[in-house]
Amino acid sequence: MALINKLPIITEKLPGGQIILASVDFILNWSKESSLWPMSFGLACCAIEMMAAGAARYDMDRFGAGVFRASPRQCDLMIVAGTVNEKMSKRLRLLYDQMPEPKYVMAMGSCAISGGPYYYDSYNVVKGVDLIVPVDVHIPGCPPRPEALLFGLMQLQKKIKKESIKNG
Amino acid sequence: MADPDWVLALKNKFSDTVEEVSIGCLVLPKEDIFRAINFLKREYGFDYLMNLAALDYKDRLAVVYNLYSFRLKGKLCLKVFLPRDNPALESITGIYAAANWQEREAFDLMGINFTGHPDLRRILLPDDYAGYPLRKDYTKEGFLPMPAV
Repeated sequence: MALINKLPIITEKLPGGQIILASVDFILNWSKESSLWPMSFGLACCAIEMMAAGAARYDMDRFGAGVFRASPRQCDLMIVAGTVNEKMSKRLRLLYDQMPEPKYVMAMGSCAISGGPYYYDSYNVVKGVDLIVPVDVHIPGCPPRPEALLFGLMQLQKKIKKESIKNG
Repeated sequence: MADPDWVLALKNKFSDTVEEVSIGCLVLPKEDIFRAINFLKREYGFDYLMNLAALDYKDRLAVVYNLYSFRLKGKLCLKVFLPRDNPALESITGIYAAANWQEREAFDLMGINFTGHPDLRRILLPDDYAGYPLRKDYTKEGFLPMPAV
């Protein structure tokens, strides 16, 4: 019980019975959601909005997600910001596989969700990045505003809060 | 407006040359194109290949060369018509190094074979891609045409 005594005060509010597991979950999820390091995966105009979201006015660093890394090995979150074509799709899958667990994917903008304006008459655009990698959050817009990206980020953080080490 | 010197010279030298439209686009047979561009570069200083494009007219294909002469401050457009099945044309990479990637693009998207090209492979699409997508009759699995509105 010494561990529980050292935990922050908020863990004591958790329901009894599973107190140790719940506390571990809480700490793990809190640390995961608070330092989502995104990968610089700007592919098209959505990348401009992503950069704006990362810059001073919108400041994604408030959510711990402003540290854009250039290497997949240091990333937790892949924000697919832009159009994915067939040639890029292999690289995207490779980069996703290179990311360490736990890893999350956000599909930002119409192109990453469904192919967007390139859904028809298009010979080389992947119709949705969820055909290649599992997507956690879809952010609609063409491109989405930085506020929308921040909202998507908060939705992802909510999702991470519900995770538990019990099931996997 | 009278024809510029180089247009007259080209018509004089290559008797099959025809002028296509009012902007002064000359149509040449495909056998003459290499010699014609070489002649223009050497004699008239057309040392800048502004653009190399491929077109699909449904019944035939075309390759368009846009040349510019800094010395004469003049532009010239040359066009070659090619048959739809196995369109082949002599590469002009020996004259303009800039033609290398542009010919690769025309090969990639329109399927025009440039004979004598040093490295003729796809430039934009994946290497294992099948077909030439900018042709009008192109289709593939999952290719959805724009619905009529």
